Amino acid sequence: MSSTSQQRPIAEGLFTWPAAEPRLIGGRNRETGRIVFPMPTGNEAARYEAVALGRQGTLWSWTVQRFLPKSPPYAGPETPETFRPYALGYVELPGEVIVESRLVDVDPETLRIGQPMELTIVPFKTTAEGVEVFTYAFRPAT
Amino acid sequence: MDVCIVGIGIHPFGRTEGVSGLEQGVFAARQALADAGLDWADVNCAYGGSDASGKADIMVNHLGLTGLQFINVANGCATGGSALFGAYSAIKSGEFEVAMAVGFDKHPRGSFDPNPADWGLPQWYGDTGFMLTTQFFAAKIQRYMALHGISRQSLALVAEKAFHNGALAPHSWRKQPVDVDTILNSQMVNDPLTKFMFCSPAEGGVALLLASEQRARALGVPLVRLKAAIVRSRQQGSFEVFAPSIDVERGLGATPIASRAAFEAAGVGPEDVDVAQLQDTESGAEIMHMAENGFCADGDQEKWLTERATWIGGRLPVNTDGGCLACGEPIGASGLRQVYENVVQLRGAGGARQVPGTPRIAYSHVYGAPGISGVTILER
Repeated sequence: MSSTSQQRPIAEGLFTWPAAEPRLIGGRNRETGRIVFPMPTGNEAARYEAVALGRQGTLWSWTVQRFLPKSPPYAGPETPETFRPYALGYVELPGEVIVESRLVDVDPETLRIGQPMELTIVPFKTTAEGVEVFTYAFRPAT
Repeated sequence: MDVCIVGIGIHPFGRTEGVSGLEQGVFAARQALADAGLDWADVNCAYGGSDASGKADIMVNHLGLTGLQFINVANGCATGGSALFGAYSAIKSGEFEVAMAVGFDKHPRGSFDPNPADWGLPQWYGDTGFMLTTQFFAAKIQRYMALHGISRQSLALVAEKAFHNGALAPHSWRKQPVDVDTILNSQMVNDPLTKFMFCSPAEGGVALLLASEQRARALGVPLVRLKAAIVRSRQQGSFEVFAPSIDVERGLGATPIASRAAFEAAGVGPEDVDVAQLQDTESGAEIMHMAENGFCADGDQEKWLTERATWIGGRLPVNTDGGCLACGEPIGASGLRQVYENVVQLRGAGGARQVPGTPRIAYSHVYGAPGISGVTILER
């Protein structure tokens, strides 16, 4: 995936990108070793070390968002007419942390807890200025 | 000396056009005073709150400017439980003799629309569509069903019972029974939960008057003892509302922590409870909360529900007024409604929804974001 000035991530420091193999960025507590996602910001950041999380995991749980969320807080591009349900859930990254994520390329009929998943970066919306905004998601591992 | 609940009042839940949340709270307060045979001037202190309908202490403009100590409480879904804890503690300590706990709310239609920053979360979390409480409950029950063999049919059975009971409760919102097929086949909201399996934000107000046992005896009202009023947060590793990540190593959630503390404080166990009001934001929540509060083992709910063990007349009647599913959820009032309903049941005043056999121990449990639980145990 190549990046131009017309592309940006939904938030800085959320995932490594552009990259051939993008990774989510978590935080490892410097005292306890506990890993959290996302990497804390502000004063709290000093207590954590940024770590690139594994790209592979297993599905921990899931659901499908069947109605258009209220805006704000939702900032997706859809209207009631164009909205399509999106899947989301939690993916366990072994030995690290369980992260919440959108799920793409999935059929809710066949999703099962424990199935292998892998990280991907997907377009989220295009701003009025024509900038493509990307976010992270997990998809069934190939 | 115990703390007793000597007066109860409720403004009907649901939608009441033209009546503010605050006015619904005042309505409930006046009803509670009349129920106890007390005047507002007899009340030494009050704890009250709403999540979305303003400051509770404005109520004194309507109830009377007596100079009493009025403390506003804002603790999200545990606002009512926290107000009750304040009133309970004020009397338990001996500082005051009569205290009111009051909660009310009036939410707009549709789902809640929280601001990520208010919950210590980054903006992208709300932007990309994770800031919905319904998703949490769906993901939690989805995993629970897979781990413990709970069927979709059981989700529908919980909702069927709720609407059945709601039709029997004067203060409920939903008055129409709904059959299992209609529940299962209604619009999917967040898989595996359909429209009829979710409660909706709503309106309502509840007030409870608490007094020392000595004062309660002097009033000559039925002695309903508040044996435990507990509010607890969560441990590291629990799975709660609005969680961008969860620890791989699991910990206790707010509900088991609050439940265990309440049973210990009251000196009774789950087997002693005759009637329970459990947080049923959606029907899966009631199923999980049956186990988290110690009433059954994980997975046993399937059998309980098939046997209608949680119906009025069953082994442990749960949500005898239809719970949040039939009453809706005005955040500030919801936990107090559960206690209101338990007092009604312990007094034997439940009419068509009365639990048979003179219930003696009643349990209530409220749960909400970001992982807080309030539990009370009442004894007659």
